[in-house]
This record gives sequence, structure tokens and C-alpha cells, in this order.
Amino acid sequence: MPDPSLARDQRVAIEARGIVKEFGQGPTALRALDNVSVTIRENEFFTLLGPSGCGKTTLLRMIAGFEYPSEGAILLYGEDIAGLPPFKRPINTVFQSYALFPHLTVRENIAFGLEMLGRPKAEITSRVAAMLKLVRMEELAERRTDQISGGQAQRVALARALAPSPKVLLLDEPLSALDYKLRKEMQIELKRMQSETGITFVFVTHDQEEALTMSDRIAVMSKGKVLQIGSPWDIYDKPADRFVADFIGETNFLVASVIATGSNMVRVRLATGAEIDATVTEGWQPTGEVTVAVRPEHARAVASGGHIAGMVENVVYFGTDTHIHVRLDGATGFMVRQQNSRSQSCGFAVGDRIGIDIAADAAQVLRD
Amino acid sequence: MARHFDIRSQPGFPLIALFTFAMLYLPIVTLVVYAFNASDSVSQWGGFSLRWFADAWDNSAVQDAALRSIIIALCAATIATIAATMAAIATTRTAPYRGLGVKYAFINTPLMVPEIVTAVALLIVFSRIKVWTGYSGLGYLIIAHTAFCIPFAYLPIRARLESMDSTLERAAADLYATPWMAFRRVTLPLLRPGIIAGFMLAFVISLDDVVITEFVKSGGQDTLPTYMLGQIRRAVTPEINAIATAFLALSVILVTAFFFINRRKT
Repeated sequence: MPDPSLARDQRVAIEARGIVKEFGQGPTALRALDNVSVTIRENEFFTLLGPSGCGKTTLLRMIAGFEYPSEGAILLYGEDIAGLPPFKRPINTVFQSYALFPHLTVRENIAFGLEMLGRPKAEITSRVAAMLKLVRMEELAERRTDQISGGQAQRVALARALAPSPKVLLLDEPLSALDYKLRKEMQIELKRMQSETGITFVFVTHDQEEALTMSDRIAVMSKGKVLQIGSPWDIYDKPADRFVADFIGETNFLVASVIATGSNMVRVRLATGAEIDATVTEGWQPTGEVTVAVRPEHARAVASGGHIAGMVENVVYFGTDTHIHVRLDGATGFMVRQQNSRSQSCGFAVGDRIGIDIAADAAQVLRD
Repeated sequence: MARHFDIRSQPGFPLIALFTFAMLYLPIVTLVVYAFNASDSVSQWGGFSLRWFADAWDNSAVQDAALRSIIIALCAATIATIAATMAAIATTRTAPYRGLGVKYAFINTPLMVPEIVTAVALLIVFSRIKVWTGYSGLGYLIIAHTAFCIPFAYLPIRARLESMDSTLERAAADLYATPWMAFRRVTLPLLRPGIIAGFMLAFVISLDDVVITEFVKSGGQDTLPTYMLGQIRRAVTPEINAIATAFLALSVILVTAFFFINRRKT
């Protein structure tokens, strides 16, 4: 698959080419990865995003060396490393469970990789001190790993993986065990460390919000395939298909029929008879019945008129905004997100008949 | 609600428990008490005395047998623990495969084969080897003890390995540790309590063995248990009680020591 989001002038750190991974054999074989190709640039914060079982962790484990591909190649700066054992790859991992060595102190944990590389004592000491400083754990350096909190363990795991200055750092859902506030802090912290160290980060998560806020680029995966690779903006505003649109953020789907086609644009008629313009991914000419996606924040609830109409089913207040759930006349649900203001409420109550205005440029035709 | 299902409220339960404990411990208590008997009888109390301990201590046959027991137990337990550690790693640190169950069974079979069968088999094999080589030292006993100690050492080591997070070894490999270094720096230190437990179990089992030793030993190779068996066949004096009591004390000390070592570590 060509990757339009990849600029030509940047060095490529990791390239996975046509990776296939099958577990088991014969008719019961499970295809965890199905011809996956991903290109990760140097110094990039790259995220593998998808629901559990989509193959993102398998791909990460392959880059780390814990799993070997059934087919395909993994290149690190142009060199095929698919057959190398993990201890011969200049790649380190932050494990989901942290996997800190319980018989060693915080300091000894961080020094482990450097010791295994046989670095001189003085270098190890100064490098470990720098790492302790980077993750703000200087005071707890002599603690055993069972004497620190989850958030601290997370920092130590990060410092331990960064200490040997790997070419690529892999992070396997490292924030999933932390509570909401700590997770937000660590997201910012991780971005800071990535820019300070200049190391390529490959991050695995099933949390789309985390992926959107942290990544330079995201690969959305499902059932062993990569569905779309792009910047957070690309992924959110120009989802390649229905799965991506549904998985990233919230989306309304409307059934419509194509009545005229232009370049990268079609005119569709909705069930209500209203006609709107919808964008189309490049090089695709949809015809007949299609699915049109509209983000909740790109629609507006109006007292009368609008492109579609329905009955207010529920009004949910979120502080920053209000979600208005509408049951359309065609019986499908539709959600409108409206920014709140201090002086007035959204103005609609359950049971009201309202119209919905879809902003120009908001609708997009999706492949199923 | 839970009270109804509390086993203690079942009729007759306390009585059965009491009876079981009495059967287990009364004979031992009696044995220990009569070890301090001043008279020559094992059933007639003649006042408190340490004379039988002194007698046993000065008895050169007891000294020889005790020393032999300890040498055999130390050697057998050491070899068995090394073999068991390797077997435990081989059976827990691979992806499950067809035939692994058979391997478990194979390692643990000695626990199920009647000891007398092993004893006779070893006797036959060793007598052949004795004829061929002319060697008749303690080696036979050490090999025999090692063989039946392996499954005892294997069990706690395997249990420890199975409860150990294998991600730790993966993390070591990720941090440039070769398989050998990952074993030495991560697996082995974390496995230590299991290895100590396996060693102590093997040591006590070896120290305690009668049947196989009785069959395999050459003349003049009595261990403490076979010496005691020989003594009982002749005249029973409280000296036997004293030796048994010392034996008991040693076992208790070993188990207690292990308990504390283990607790301090985790």
C-alpha cells in the first residue's frame, strides 16, 4: 500500500514489509497479521492503534524480536533484522506490565541494559544518573521495585529502556494501568522525553484519544490488517473507511444515494429528500447507495428546517459541550455535539421535534 | 450464612481431627520422651538423663553412619537439584508442545514406582557394574539417592518457575542479555527460594531413605537409618530413641531455616 503521509526527505527508522504472521498450522491456523506494511520515520512518535486482537501487539513484538514473522521483512535503517534475537537488536521495550526486575533496585534496573552491553563503569554511573534525572526518580534510586508506586514504576521502566540509547523505543500500552489523571500527565511526559531524547517511539494503544493527542502519525489496524496510516488529523477528518471512522471518535452514519459525481466530491440525496455534497477519498467513484459519515460537532441542531429532522431522545450535558441524541424519521439515531456557553442552555428538551443542519464540507462518503 | 458451611460445625469433625493428630504425634512425643530415659528400657521410665545421647555420640558406628548419611545426602541433593533445575527450565520455558505431558510424567515416575522395585533394579544393575569395574565405594549409593531425589527437587523448582513472570526474562533479553546472562542475572536469583526448597527436600529424603540404601549398600556402608534398623533387630535400647530424636531435631531445624530464608527474601 502506498503511504501518502510519508515525506520523501526523511530517514526511515523501521520498515515492515509484507508481514504475515500465522499461529498454528493447517486449517486451524490463525492469521494474526495479514500482509502488513508500515514505514516509521526517524524521530517520529508513531502509534499502532486498534481494538484488542487486531495484531498491533504482535507487530510490536516482532519489531522487538520476541516473535518471528511467517513471511515478510523488518528493516531497521535498511538492514533486515527479522531473524535477529532480541538481545542483538538496538531496540528497547517498555512493557505493559513494566516487567521491572524485583530483585534489583531502581538504579540497578536502569543500569541493567548498559551492563549487558559491557559499557565502562563510569559511563554506566553517569548515564544512570542522567536517566534518573530525566524521569525525576533521583530520590528513589535505592528503593526496591516493590516499594514504589505504579506511576513511579512506569517511569523506571521508561528510564531502563531509554538508558542504552536505543535506535527505536517500543511502548506496549504503557499507560493502561494508570488512573486517568496520571495517564494525562504521563502522555505529556512521554512527548517531552521523545523530543528530549530524539528517539523514534513506536507506541501501541487501543485508546483512540491517547493516539490522537500524542502521535505524529497513526496506523489504524483491525483483524491483522492496516486500514489507514496518517496524521491524527488525516485519520480523524479523512477516515479511509467505515471502521476507521467508527473507531476514531464518534460518527453518525446516514444512508444516501449518489445523484451526481464530481472530482473527489459527490452529490447525494438523503432519506429525507435533502441533497448535500460529500467528499470522497481520492480515486474512488461511488455509485448507488452509499454510507455518509458526519461528525457530531459538524452538525447543528435547529428549531426548524435543516437537512434532516427527528425527535430529541436525550440531552447529555458534558460541561464543555452538550450531546443531543436525535431519533431520525428514518428510525436511525443521530448525535449532535454543541459547544456550551455560560449564559444559555442548549435550548432543546426531550421530545422536541427539531431539524439538523449539516455544515458544508462535513459529510464524507465511506467505503464499507 | 457462611457459618453453616464452616467445616468445624460438622458433627464429629473435631473428634476425627483430634484422633488424627493423636495418631500422628503421640508416637513421636513418646519416642522423644524416652530418649531422655535414664533406665535401659524403652518402655519403663527411670528418670531424666542424657546418657543415651552421650552413648550415641561416643558410638563410633553411629558416628560413621551419620557421617556417611550426610555425605551421601549432600552429594545426592546437590546433583539432583542441578538436574532438577535444568529439567524444570526445559519443561516450563518452552512453548507447550505435544509430548510435554509425557515428559512431566517421565520426570515424576520415580515418585510412583514402588521403592522396592527401584531398589531391586538398582541392586541388579550395580552388582553387574561392581563385577566389571571392581569399584565398591559410596558412588553407588550417591547415584541411587540422586535418582530418587530428582523428582522431589523438581517439584518446588517447577512451581516457582511457573509462578514467575516470564516477561522478566523477555525484558532481560530486550536489554541485551544473552540467554545465559538472562538466566544468571534474572532467572537464577528469582528462582533461588525454589532451588533451596528443592535442595532441602532432596536432602531430607536422602537422609531418611532405608529401602533403596539397604539393597544397594555394600558391607560396612550403613547409613544412619540402616544402622538403626540393624540395631532394632538385635536389642532395643533408648539409644535408638536418642538418635531418632537428633534426626528429628535436624529436620525441624532445616525446615525452619528454609521458612525464614524464604520469608526474608519475598
